[in-house]
Amino acid sequence: MIIAERKPMAEISRAVAPYKKVLVAGCGTCVAVCWAGGEKEVGILASQLRLARSAEGNEIVTLEATVERQCEKEMVMELRDKVSEVEAVLSLACGAGVQTMADVFEDKPVFPAVNTTFIGMPESEGVWVEMCGACGDCYLDRTGGICPVVRCAKGLLNGPCGGTRKGGKCEIDAGKDCAWVLIYRRLEKQGRLDLMRQYNAPKNFRAVKRPGRVQAVKA
Amino acid sequence: MNGAIVAFCCQHSAYPAADLAGKLGLHYPEALRIIRIPCAGRVDVIHILRAFEKGASAVLVLGCEDGACHHITGNTRAKERVKHCEMLLKEIGIDGRPAVMFSLSPNAPHKFVRVANEIEMVTRELREAR
Repeated sequence: MIIAERKPMAEISRAVAPYKKVLVAGCGTCVAVCWAGGEKEVGILASQLRLARSAEGNEIVTLEATVERQCEKEMVMELRDKVSEVEAVLSLACGAGVQTMADVFEDKPVFPAVNTTFIGMPESEGVWVEMCGACGDCYLDRTGGICPVVRCAKGLLNGPCGGTRKGGKCEIDAGKDCAWVLIYRRLEKQGRLDLMRQYNAPKNFRAVKRPGRVQAVKA
Repeated sequence: MNGAIVAFCCQHSAYPAADLAGKLGLHYPEALRIIRIPCAGRVDVIHILRAFEKGASAVLVLGCEDGACHHITGNTRAKERVKHCEMLLKEIGIDGRPAVMFSLSPNAPHKFVRVANEIEMVTRELREAR
């Protein structure tokens, strides 16, 4: 899923400072799971905004809404009545959601209230780790399902650097596992250690075209 | 609700303590507004923020003692939420109105009154400092 973190309040307040009525719009998918932009976070941010502005003596009216996925135009369209009532929209969705919202409601300023950080998975309660760099050239078949591109601090493709610490930790951050130690252990468990001797050619950076676009092929 | 001290009281601990305080004729601040809840863990960040929005001068979350929660972890969850709420309030810089969590047992009416009086004193000092 896509992981995001809420922006600092000062930045959000600055963005909506000129407006008296805003819609705080959440997304019920990825950012809801990582506690950054679901229905609950929408309520909290709207309440914080009202409290802060009321303390300044400059009241703000907030509408609150959360759609299932803010990255789909059809779902964002559900908000048209609410958007028509406000001067600006504060979106707690990932970058794709914010841009979809801005595309659908071109006449309204749309501000992001979160920073989209990475594609990851939950490691423990309240902790998410990066798992995929969306590099467009997947190596997971050769590395036991562990991505060296993002999980190795140096993104090495052919085994560990010389700095792996005792206990299989990364030299850059002792709190993180060396991705190549994890890969070795996984392949060992699967009896596929021969893959460690296989040479991985330098990464094909042309595999990712910006902006990315995938056309599905109908069966 | 202007100036009220909102006390979310767990029905297994703080609420019976408040009840007992009443029966014993103990005095607690008039500004105290008691809200009976099934467990301190029921209180969410948004409830505390909304109380402040409605003009509360302080919010108390009163739950069971450590290890005595009827819902196992309700009181520890409440503690974490109140701590998170403190951070959110600090972030928006509103004049130091306190959100505090206390643990007490159902047979502790004197502690209930002490906590209520202490928080009332804090809010009075804050009001005077403004």
